[in-house]
Amino acid sequence: MHHIPITVTVDGMTYEREVEPRALLVHFLRNDLGRVGTVIGCDTSNCGACTVLLNGRSVKSCSVLAVQADGTSITTIQGLSDGNEWHPVQTAFKECHGLQCGYCTPGMVMSAVDLLSENPNPSEAEIREGLEGNLCRCTGYHNIVRSVEMAAELMGGAK
Amino acid sequence: MTATTETPSALGRPIKRKEDARLLHGQTNWTDNIQLPGTVHMAILRSPYAHAKITKLDVSPAKNHANVVNAFGAAELGDLNGSIPCVWPVTDDIVMPAFPALAPDTVRQVGDCVAVVLATNPQSAVDALEDIVVQYEPLPVVIDMEKAIAPGATPVHADAGTNVCYVYNLGGGYEEVKAKADVVVKRRFINQRLIPAFMEPRSVVAAPMGMSDEITVWSATQIPHVLRVLLALVTGIPENNLRVVAPDVGGGFGGKLQCYREEVLVVNLARKLGRPVKWTETRSEDMLATHHGRDQIQDIEIAATKDGKLLGLNVELIANMGAYLQIITPGIPLLGMFMYPAIYKMEAYNFKCTGVFTNTTPTDAYRGAGRPEATYAIERIIDELAAELGMDPLALREKNWIKHEEFPYTTVSGLTYDTGNYEAATAKALDLFGYDELRAEQKRRRDSNEPVQLGIGISTFTEMCGLAPSRTLGALKYVAGGWEHCTIRVLPTGKVELITGTSPHGQGHETAWSQIASSILGVPVEDIEVVHSDTGRAPYGMDTYGSRSLAVGGRAIKLAAERLIEKARVIAAHQLECSPADLEFVNGVFQVKGDASKQQPLGAVAFEAFTAHNLPDGVEPTLQGEATVDPDDFSYPHGTHLAAIEVDTETGKVRVRTYVAVDDVGIQVNPMIVEGQVHGGLAQGIAQALYEGAFYDEDGQPLNATLSTYLIPAAPDLPSFITGQTVTPSTTHPLGTKGVGEAGTIASTPAIINGVVDALRHLGVTEVAMPATPMTVWKTIQAAKGGK
Repeated sequence: MHHIPITVTVDGMTYEREVEPRALLVHFLRNDLGRVGTVIGCDTSNCGACTVLLNGRSVKSCSVLAVQADGTSITTIQGLSDGNEWHPVQTAFKECHGLQCGYCTPGMVMSAVDLLSENPNPSEAEIREGLEGNLCRCTGYHNIVRSVEMAAELMGGAK
Repeated sequence: MTATTETPSALGRPIKRKEDARLLHGQTNWTDNIQLPGTVHMAILRSPYAHAKITKLDVSPAKNHANVVNAFGAAELGDLNGSIPCVWPVTDDIVMPAFPALAPDTVRQVGDCVAVVLATNPQSAVDALEDIVVQYEPLPVVIDMEKAIAPGATPVHADAGTNVCYVYNLGGGYEEVKAKADVVVKRRFINQRLIPAFMEPRSVVAAPMGMSDEITVWSATQIPHVLRVLLALVTGIPENNLRVVAPDVGGGFGGKLQCYREEVLVVNLARKLGRPVKWTETRSEDMLATHHGRDQIQDIEIAATKDGKLLGLNVELIANMGAYLQIITPGIPLLGMFMYPAIYKMEAYNFKCTGVFTNTTPTDAYRGAGRPEATYAIERIIDELAAELGMDPLALREKNWIKHEEFPYTTVSGLTYDTGNYEAATAKALDLFGYDELRAEQKRRRDSNEPVQLGIGISTFTEMCGLAPSRTLGALKYVAGGWEHCTIRVLPTGKVELITGTSPHGQGHETAWSQIASSILGVPVEDIEVVHSDTGRAPYGMDTYGSRSLAVGGRAIKLAAERLIEKARVIAAHQLECSPADLEFVNGVFQVKGDASKQQPLGAVAFEAFTAHNLPDGVEPTLQGEATVDPDDFSYPHGTHLAAIEVDTETGKVRVRTYVAVDDVGIQVNPMIVEGQVHGGLAQGIAQALYEGAFYDEDGQPLNATLSTYLIPAAPDLPSFITGQTVTPSTTHPLGTKGVGEAGTIASTPAIINGVVDALRHLGVTEVAMPATPMTVWKTIQAAKGGK
């Protein structure tokens, strides 16, 4: 099958690869680059487990072709913390027990990061609406909402 | 610092989870992350028909596809097409049909496995499925359970000649008490089919390990230990050559309590090809091929005196098995059988269950497994009886529940509840809820005929955890036991390994088990490593399901830790030149009673046990304690859940305004984890009430088997929850704990529907089908109006 060259920066490292035109960004991350922190939960773009930041905005990486990511910068859950310094959203999810099995967590955290960058002080309703594209089967969302509220506080303090 | 300095026990504290760091940084080991050199990827051709003869199958064209290693139908697999096991033949005359991994001649459900392709990358395997030549001759389809058991119905399994899998009876005497009843209420409830939909799709990798005969299997499973036994029995691979590992597992909810066709195929093909084989399902495959839950028709009748004293209960179930029997398919309704009388005193109870085959995905355990169905039926009909009697539904419950001073109490179904305090839990829930104010608001809205009506939903539930005393399981014809194992080792450096037979997939055992061991051994939580879910490192166990991990596994942890201390005490006494009886053990240090200067920390004892230079005669080197424990009894968590439900009578939309859950799970090891379990349970129970249901058309085509069409609630679909607790320690569990994994799910479904019906009862509504979608509720209101 015909392959297309792309150049993508993922979590600060630049990769040059050739990909099938049909390859999805999430498959590129997982299978070509071995960045398996980003996971696949469905095949209908409903679950949001594969959410990453593309040029700083959240996308479901199952809904982006790898070729569309050519020339972009991707941040995944594996590149979110700054060395040993956890991102406030990661800290808040641990403090508030915002995860159980942890499978939705990579996507949920990346969506929360995007939500807070757009709306640094969201209400509960805004948090729930903002995370509508991410399904969690374990937590009932209660502690995820608390986590995002706490992250907003932590990040507000840094401003 | 002296040994007598009191540090707070780790038990009962909301300690943040050890598991979270790796999960929050993408440093996880999901099965699908495993990429071994030389792996071949399996893709499965699945039946598009619910019932059909396979008139032609030719897999050879697929072998010509680029990157394809091989392709197999049932004929090509021959003896490697193992039969999928069912370990719970509930009656002597149960119909147990053959269940080959690949269908040899007939498909019986949409999603049945017909053929497999193996290729060097997953895309090529999927692409090559299209090259397989297959022809079907459709056969008559049975979907509706009552039609399936009516005369003349086409049997799902022709050689069985019937769609009745089994009939099970329990109890008796209902007709006699009914004869003296003033009031009899009868209802039919439909406990609809649900899909577990854990977030991590199933995945399995099997790899022959180099020059040895060992095959290692990694699977996204809840039951690595049970799976190892079953895979050995099904494949014929000697059990001692099989190692099963459940790496990080992303949820299960019963759906990964299974020995699946795909697991058997991957293991057998790895053996045949002599190289690693891997399969990861797509979500759309998952929703067809992972077992489903619930799916019962419940005919329930309750008899009472006119002043509200319960006399008896009659339950007749028709339970959908689906097309085949999976690991414990027939037993699921029986796990609910004992729970229909719930917290209520009555004189007689009759139970009958008819298991039925249909051309649908097999059913099996889903969070609660039988108990949610039972709790739904009893809590719903108590509300209906209250309406019939003109009593407050809470007053009717209180009049009939077991009083706290009456425990231990043996129910009409034969279970002995050790403890409980329904009065306390209810009082706490009422306090958090504001019952009287909400009743006043309800009256106001009714009187002024407001478009949005208010209902109050009540569920005073109990359930049974801790599957189970092995003798009980034996009496119920379950093939395995219900024990659990723990080994605790203090290593020469003083670090601790706790090896458990439970297999967590989100429950936080690494944290909670460390807390239990820390509280007994006096070793910091962070110095304890919990080893689990790998039959190579944790050889004994019965795994995680049925809220059993703490209820059974917790017993083993406690006993293993105590045995370890007793061994250490003998060594420490030898070192301190005193009698073991002269030592006390405080915060991880042995010291001579009355002489704080003579101490020996546990770590130093462990080092002595390692060097073995100066052990007392007859004491073996190494410091470890182990225990394999069979529980004396089940445990019985309970609680009172109250829901304030708003129903828009013009649109049918239901809103959960307030949800109060007061749960009594006994002593809590980690209240943060307990609360999280309750939250998640509530979400799944509310989802059954309002959102979820898997449906088929008459041809057996699934109508909503994708995540686009099967409505798993997202964050805006659920409220924040108000949780509370009462603590009535279990007296049959050495830690006083009960179990919490399923309580929220079991309790919440009837609380929600009782609230919806309560909001609409003045309009003539007495039942609302689940899921109570806006369309269903609106139609129900219209029908009630039309009927007036």
